[in-house]
Parts: sequence; C-alpha cells; structure tokens
Amino acid sequence: MAVTNVLIAGVGGQGAILASELLAMVAIDAGNDVKQGEFHGVAQRGGAVFSHVRFGDHVYSPMTPRGHVDYLLALEKLEALRYAHFVKPGGTVIVNDHKVEPIRVGDQRPYPDEAIDFLRSKGFNVVAISATEKAVELGNHRAANVVLLGALAESLDIPPEVWQNTLRRRMPDRLLSLNQQAFTAGRSLCRGEEGPRKAAE
Amino acid sequence: MKRLMSGNEAIAQGAWEAGVVFAAGYPGTPSTEVLENLAKFDEVDAHWSTNEKVAFDECVGAALGGARSMVTMKHVGLNVAADPFMVFPYAGTNAGFVALVADDPGMYSSQNEQDSRYFAKVAKVPLLEPSDAGEGKEMIKDAFELSEQFRTPVMFRTTTRLAHTRGVVHVGGRAEAPEKKFERKVSQYAIPVYARFRRPELEQKLNRLREFAEEFAGNVVEEGNAQIGVVSHGIPYQYVKEVMPEATVFKLGMIYPLPEKRLKEFCARFDTVFVVEESEGFIQQEMASFGILNVIGKDRFTNVGELSADLVAEALNGTPMPADFSQEAAILPRPPVMCAGCPHRGVFTTLNRLGLLVTGDIGCYTLGCLPPFEAIHTTFCMGASIGNATGFNKAGERGVVAVIGDSTFLHGGLPSVLSAVYNKVPTTTILLDNGTTGMTGHQQHPGTGHSLKGTAAPAVDYEALLRSLGVEHVEVVDPWDLEATEDAIKSGLTHPGPAVIIARRHCTLLPEEKARERVPYRVEPDECIMCEECFETGCPALVREGEYPYIRQWECVGCAMCAQICPADAISVVGEG
Repeated sequence: MAVTNVLIAGVGGQGAILASELLAMVAIDAGNDVKQGEFHGVAQRGGAVFSHVRFGDHVYSPMTPRGHVDYLLALEKLEALRYAHFVKPGGTVIVNDHKVEPIRVGDQRPYPDEAIDFLRSKGFNVVAISATEKAVELGNHRAANVVLLGALAESLDIPPEVWQNTLRRRMPDRLLSLNQQAFTAGRSLCRGEEGPRKAAE
Repeated sequence: MKRLMSGNEAIAQGAWEAGVVFAAGYPGTPSTEVLENLAKFDEVDAHWSTNEKVAFDECVGAALGGARSMVTMKHVGLNVAADPFMVFPYAGTNAGFVALVADDPGMYSSQNEQDSRYFAKVAKVPLLEPSDAGEGKEMIKDAFELSEQFRTPVMFRTTTRLAHTRGVVHVGGRAEAPEKKFERKVSQYAIPVYARFRRPELEQKLNRLREFAEEFAGNVVEEGNAQIGVVSHGIPYQYVKEVMPEATVFKLGMIYPLPEKRLKEFCARFDTVFVVEESEGFIQQEMASFGILNVIGKDRFTNVGELSADLVAEALNGTPMPADFSQEAAILPRPPVMCAGCPHRGVFTTLNRLGLLVTGDIGCYTLGCLPPFEAIHTTFCMGASIGNATGFNKAGERGVVAVIGDSTFLHGGLPSVLSAVYNKVPTTTILLDNGTTGMTGHQQHPGTGHSLKGTAAPAVDYEALLRSLGVEHVEVVDPWDLEATEDAIKSGLTHPGPAVIIARRHCTLLPEEKARERVPYRVEPDECIMCEECFETGCPALVREGEYPYIRQWECVGCAMCAQICPADAISVVGEG
C-alpha cells in the first residue's frame, strides 16, 4: 500500500492538531504505519499551525515532501493558500470556506478573498465546504475540524466504524455527540460537492 | 499494545519501562513533555527544579544513591548544567543516569541553534540519538543499561522534529532496576588530587566505549544499491530513506564515540559516501579524524536551519523544491502576538510610551520587541536581562529597565539581583509575575503553589525574598492599570539603589482566568475620533474592520487597556457608555 499524505492547516485554536491526531489514530486502527508531525512556533494563538499525517505500509519522513501531498485539509482560506504548494499536481484541497483576518504587524495588503478560485485555477481539485457555518449550526464553532475530517473520510478507504471508534476514544463524553454529528455532516456536505479523487489513482 | 505517541511521550514511556525512579528538569521547548509524561507514572518521582543545573545535581545525587535517574532539558539548558555535566563523568555513576537534551534546529522557539553533540565529546560521555518515537522508546532503555554497564552518565539527544512527531509505539511493562547501594569512597567522588587519578581512567573508559560502539545494535548497515553509500542518523536518516530508499545506509544510533573500524570498512566499499546530518558536521569531522575522507557532507548539506526531505532531495539528486504561491497571491503572515488580556501588554505599552532602553529575557514577553511596542532591545538567555541592565548602567546609560518573567527570575535572575545590590548599582527590574511558566505551556514553578505532580507546594514570597536580598524598593502593581504601571516604573527609576517592580496578574490563558466572567468592551463609533491610539496596545481583539477600530467581542477579555488609552473615551463596556 502506497503512503497517503495529508496536510492539515489552520489558525492556532481551530483544532488542526486535534484533527491530525484523530486522523493518525484512525490510520493506526486501520492497520497502517503512521507518522504525524506538527509545526507550531512560539505562537499559541492566532498563528499559522500545520500538521502532516502520513500513513501506509511504512512511513519515513515526518513531513511529506513539497508537491507530494494527496489531501490538504485547510480550516481557513488563507491557510489553504499558504500550504497549497505542498499538494501534488491535481491533488485535492478540502477547504473550509471561512476567513480569519490575520493580526496585522505592518502588512496592510487586503485579505485574499479569492483564495478558492485561485486554487481552482492552479488545477487542484478544490472541495469548498462551509464547515464553520455547519459547526455553529450544530452548536459549537470548534467542531469545524471534525466536519472537515468527515469530508476527507469520503475519499479515504477506511471503514466508518474505525472513525466512530476513534471519536469515542478521543473525545470527552460531553463533546462526543456534537463531533459525531459534525463528522456525519462533513460527509454529506462533501457528497453534495464534486467528489474528490482517491489518492491511489 | 500499539499506541500513537510523540517522541517525547515515547521516551517517557521507555524510561518508565526501564525502571527510572527519579526525574527532574526545567521546562524548555522541545523537551518539556518528556518530564510531564514521566510525572504521570506513580512509580516515578518527578519534579520541576529551579533550573537545569539544579536538576542535574539532584539527578547525580539520586543516581549515586542508587536510583535510576533522568534529567531533561532543552539544548541551552545543557549550557546551564554544563558544569556538573563536564565533571560528573570523572567520578562515574552508580545507578543509571541519563541526560536528555533536546536540540532545536530551525530555532522554532530558541535563541540559538547550537549542536549539542559536541558537549558529549568534550565531556567524554556516550551519546545516543533515536530516529523516531518507537526507536526512542527502546533506545532510552539501552541508555540506562549502557550507563550502568560503564558507570557513566549517558547523553540522549533529540531534536524538535523527533520530539514532536507522533508515531506507532509498542508499549510494554516496567522492569524495576537492580538495587545499587552507594559506597562511600572519597577517592571516587572528591577533590582534585583524586580526580587526577580518575583522569586517565576516563580515557580507558572511553576506549572501552569505542569498542562497545563497534558492537552496538543501534549502529546498523541497511544494505541496498552497492553504488550509493550514505552515513546518517536520527531524523536525517528518515529523510535519506524517503528520498533514496535504494541507498545502502549506515544508520548510527550511537553518535559518540563512533564505531571507527566499521565506518572505515563501510566507506572503503564506495568511491564516495554521503554523510547526511543536521546542524554541524559532527559525524563528518569525527570520520575525518579517523582518516575517512571520501565523503560528501557539509559541503553539500547546509549546517543552517532544519533539514527536510526536500532539502536532502535537492542536495542528493538536484531535485528543486516547488515554490509557494506568495508571488501570485497575498499570503499574509500570521505573526505571533501577545494574547488579548495578556498582562505583559500593559507593561510594554507603558515602556513604549516612556521610550526606555529595555533588556529582555526568555518568555512570551520577548514578543515585546515586535511592533507596535518595540520595547525590548536585547534578548539573550535565561536571566540575562538583569545583568545586562546592570552593565548598561555601568556604561553610563540611564533609563534602563530589565524585564523578566517569574519562572525565569527564579531560574537565573536571583544571582543578578544580588550582584546589583552588592555592587550598589541602581538596576531597575520589572518582574512580570503571571503566576506560571507561560511560553512552554503553563508549567508549575516555585512561585505557583503547586508541584509537577499536582500537589500543593510552598509558593515563594517575592516581596520578602527581594527585601531579604537587600532590595529596598519593591513595588507591586497591576499591569492592567496603565497609569499605576507608569508611576511604578518611574518611581523605580528614580530610586537611588536597585529597584524591583512586580507586575502581577495571572496569564490570561490559565484555566481559572478563562473560567472568569468576561465583560467585553466596544468602540462607540459616534465618539471615536479615528486617532488609532488604541492600536498601541497591539491587542488581537482590536482589529481594523470597517471604518472604525472594532473589538471582537468573543476575544475581548475586558482588560480595558485600550479604553484607558483612548483620548476620546470612545471605548466602554458593552451595554454601558
């Protein structure tokens, strides 16, 4: 089995690291070797956070080399732009159609509102999902990360019960039902879109 | 049982399995979680020490006393602990002693990029380094065995990438280490006249360790293409396998001393051998000292920053890295900022307004050097701020202020305060007491009232401590109160002797602070005169959205610093005003 490469990006506090930990746990339970490497500098809040999740028969480097990521899962549009060059040509970008204005220290350029169209113009298979909107609808904006995982699950060959088991194991009881709903919502939102292609192709 | 674990978690697990009894350290990214995870085990007595040297000394005592011990620190922590690190090997240990040292190539959260492997050579101590979490869990056991077999401290090196990458780890049970009673023997542990006898013995021990390195199972040749030979170790080994899975790789787990004979045999098989290592060319230099010169190493692989599979591919195969899209799209940076309601903000807003020369220290407040404050002018190492300020005073500068956090003050600031008192230098220090070790993720310290294990602990009384050192001017101020903060700094500066202003308010991210009811503020557009002075606070809750400054209600914690600055009284509590 070839290695599947996922990159999860977001703004500090959005749950990018938790999402990648969940994905890594799911991948282990599905019988894979896994590596998950995360990057967060001194910024605890509001900084750009990204995490590589790689799984397959045997994984070496904790980071996927640039241009080899199969799926970029972006919790925010600007962060999708920031890491898109890691994605292989024609690879899939699952992006939360959501904007978090960066804190400005000097740089006054306008926010790149056209990020999604830009990524489409570069030939990526872009799946845009209103994950934050959906999470708010379900009761907590923080569940956007699991909505996106639901969307990703549509493309991965991992049985649904493995995902459910991991959610049960990792999530505190009071948040379990919310996250189960978020996961299911992500799957259906993704089906409504143009379906992402499988990494194995 | 298989589990997903970070390198740090796996090493803690392995140390527990190896029967470690006592562990101590000081928080420092990327090492912190090793001790935090060790502390979760009932069988391990683990605590935060005031600094790395203290932690090291404590572990030396514990190991001599018969307890397998581990001390943890980041690379610069080893500089603090270098004194015992260099001397302890002469005596040698009784029970297993391992010093875990985490380097930070790429300087993700460090002031320098030192390659700590050189310390092992200077101290004549064996050095092991794993290449992923699973290997780390097993290799830390080897480290304890090696330590007891040779009665030597062992250095165990990791890097940020190893520490923070999760992987599959097979967890096992704990094996208690054999009992080792301390024998009182002055000739082993005391005074130079005896240490001189130990000196040649240290060389003999090193020679035996060289023989051990030839046999060590962690030094292994992975056969592949007979034309391509690579020597590598640690995380760079993973990059080599990623980029050139077909290569024949000599993977080193023991980095000092190196297996000279086996390396010579290996390198004789190839015209040239790639030596792939991060940071400096330590292995390459050692190999050169053996007379192995048919290598390509640091002339091709940079010694600056962190390596990656991309960089290794570029250097090995000439494969260029794809560029990002920043030339075509506005990929705005997300610079690190102090949180909304961060108590440091009040101090740096004030320091900026007063235009003082500020010597800084290590912690979240180092961000005070960035806009809009630009109110830190030097940052070096733990505790440096106070000594640096004393030095600026000696050079004739006036209006100099040192800023130092509570944990950093207890780690390395105290002796500098005493020096200023003793030498009658009017050094002004602002002690930023936010009640925690903020930057590394809220570790306890002697000022917090709690231990690493979560039990109650005595909390230092800073005012009494400073007065007992001879500081006559000690003033406590709430940094959310800008006027009081300004008055306190000014009166500290006019005091003829050393002065300490304690800016006291808890880190806004501490759970008890987050649990507090928050009363957000808002900008009243009718009152706002668009002077933008409120942006001097650099608060992330205050943004430019629309015509007027806007306060994000969900982020505002109600510190009111912006309201205090506003000359038009346009900022008030939501629902009032």
